This record gives sequence, C-alpha cells and structure tokens, in this order.
Amino acid sequence: MTHCAARLVAILLLAVCTLAGAGVAVPVAADPALESRVNTLGAELRCLVCQNQSLADSHAELAVDLKNQIREQLRAGRSEQQVIDYMTERYGDFVLYRPPLKASTVLLWAGPALLVLLGLIALWRSLGRRPGTPEPPALSAADEQRALELLGDPRRDAGA
Amino acid sequence: MSPRLLVPLCAFILLGALLGAGLRLKPREIPSPLIGKAAPAFSLPLLSESQRALASADLKGKVWLLNVWASWCTPCREEHPFLVALAREQIVPIYGLNYKDDPRAAQEWIQRLGNPYAESVLDRDGKVGIDYGVYGVPETFVIDRSGVIRFKHVGPLTREVWTRDLLPIVQQLRS
Repeated sequence: MTHCAARLVAILLLAVCTLAGAGVAVPVAADPALESRVNTLGAELRCLVCQNQSLADSHAELAVDLKNQIREQLRAGRSEQQVIDYMTERYGDFVLYRPPLKASTVLLWAGPALLVLLGLIALWRSLGRRPGTPEPPALSAADEQRALELLGDPRRDAGA
Repeated sequence: MSPRLLVPLCAFILLGALLGAGLRLKPREIPSPLIGKAAPAFSLPLLSESQRALASADLKGKVWLLNVWASWCTPCREEHPFLVALAREQIVPIYGLNYKDDPRAAQEWIQRLGNPYAESVLDRDGKVGIDYGVYGVPETFVIDRSGVIRFKHVGPLTREVWTRDLLPIVQQLRS
C-alpha cells in the first residue's frame, strides 16, 4: 500500500517537473532569422568597451545596446551595409574587424606580405652567400691503392 | 669594432625604440570620427525639471562643453571636483549628458557633490550617447558656436588635460 502511494507521489512529482520544464524552451528570439543576421553582423563589429571581443560575444552594457540598435535597424528594413555605416559614423573604422583599405591602413594590409617578402629576400641572400660543400680532394694513385687495401677491393668481394 | 658587430646593437636599439613608443600609445582611446562634424542633434528632458526639454539647437551661438556623466561611474566622481571648479571660473558653460542613469540617483549626486552643469539632460536609454560615439563615461566634447564638435576627451577631465588640450581650443573658438 505504501509502495503504491510512493509511486503515485513520484509520478505526480515527475508530472510537475515536466510541466515546469515546458515553459523554459521558448525560443529567446521571436525571429530566429533576424537574430542570426544580428549575430553575423555583430561578429564583424568590435565591442568598444572590451575591444578584443566582437559585439556578438560581448555582454558589456554598451555592446548590448548596440546589438539592440542593430536588431532595430535590421527589423526596420535597413541593409547590413547601412548598419555598418551607422556604426562607423559614430565610432570610426575602429569598430570594424575588417578595416577598409585606404591610405592610412595600407601598412596594416600590406605589412604581413611585406615581412614575408623581406624574410624571403634575407633567406635567399644568406643561402647564396654560404660556400657550397667543398669538392673532395683528388687521390693520388698510391693513396687510392692504399685505400683499396684498407677497405678491401669491392670488385674482388663481389666476385667471391 | 667591426661593422658586423654593430648590426645586432643597432637592431636592438631600433627594437627598443619601437617597443618604447608602443608602450606610450593609448590603444584604448578611439579616435572619434565626429571631430569637425556637426554635433548630433538631441532634445532631451532636463534632470532638474523633467517636464522641460533642452535641444542641442538651443545652444547654437555659444561655445559649450558636453560632459557625459553618470552617478554609477567611478571616474566621474574623480573628475567632478574639477568640473565644479571649472564651472566657477565661468570660462565656458558645461552641459551634462546624464548617461543611462537613474534620475533620482543623479539628482542626489548633484546635491551632494555640487552642480557644475548649466543644465543636465537625461539620456536614459543611451541612444544619444551612441550618436555621440560614447564608449566610456566620462567623456567631454568641445562644441563651437555653429554646433560643430571640435574636440573630444575620453576619461576624467583634469586641470592638466584642460589646460593642455581643451582650454586653447575653447579660447580660440571664443575669440
């Protein structure tokens, strides 16, 4: 009898748990497609407060506000480029993880290639300057005879 | 000494100079694209009287400082005594943008620490702050007679920064 009651209680508890859990799985975003656009764009933009995190990653208050701005503007039908322009008007190119190519950023873009090129040139020159492996000195007939005696005559060994 | 030995020495000195210069840079200070551009327009309720609003257009014709502050911001407390002293000198009016703050806490702050502001306006959701490219409170803007931003300082304003950076600009704009 007590077993029965315990079982009943367990079933009731499980039912309550299921009911309680049912409310949790509501999607966070009302519009998943919009949310994914917000996140893609947020990953391209730098958080101004943490500076080594993207807007999408950051939980800083300003980052949350800026993400809300992105969401609002995309919802209002603005394009990704318009939102990026909105951000750069206020925070400059600094906000972009992919800075545009212009006079002030040429070194930034060309720098790595330039360094590789310099490295290759340095490598080329240092390899060119190094003397090659020296030619083995020529043996006199007597030396060769002696070497053959010491090493054994390979022709004779092969024949045996 | 042979010239070959001088190469590593020169390389070391160059590298040291480069790294030394790097230490002096302030990578956290983001250059504002708004310098030389019209200050973003706003019309916001006053902290002192929330039924009334102040618009940026009302300030056309005078040189003014826009100081972004909040009662939750610790560096703001650091700069506050200087702002109070500066306001007393009456060189230039300071307008406050109370950024994402609780108006009650802001009023209490003003009462306790003194009010350097000609007026403070409430930017409760921080939208105007975003328009001004605010990323770290406190920030101070110098705005000229025609409403163009001439200078921006990020971080607490001190007597030193004021005399070195802001005062010459303010004087030039007023003359």
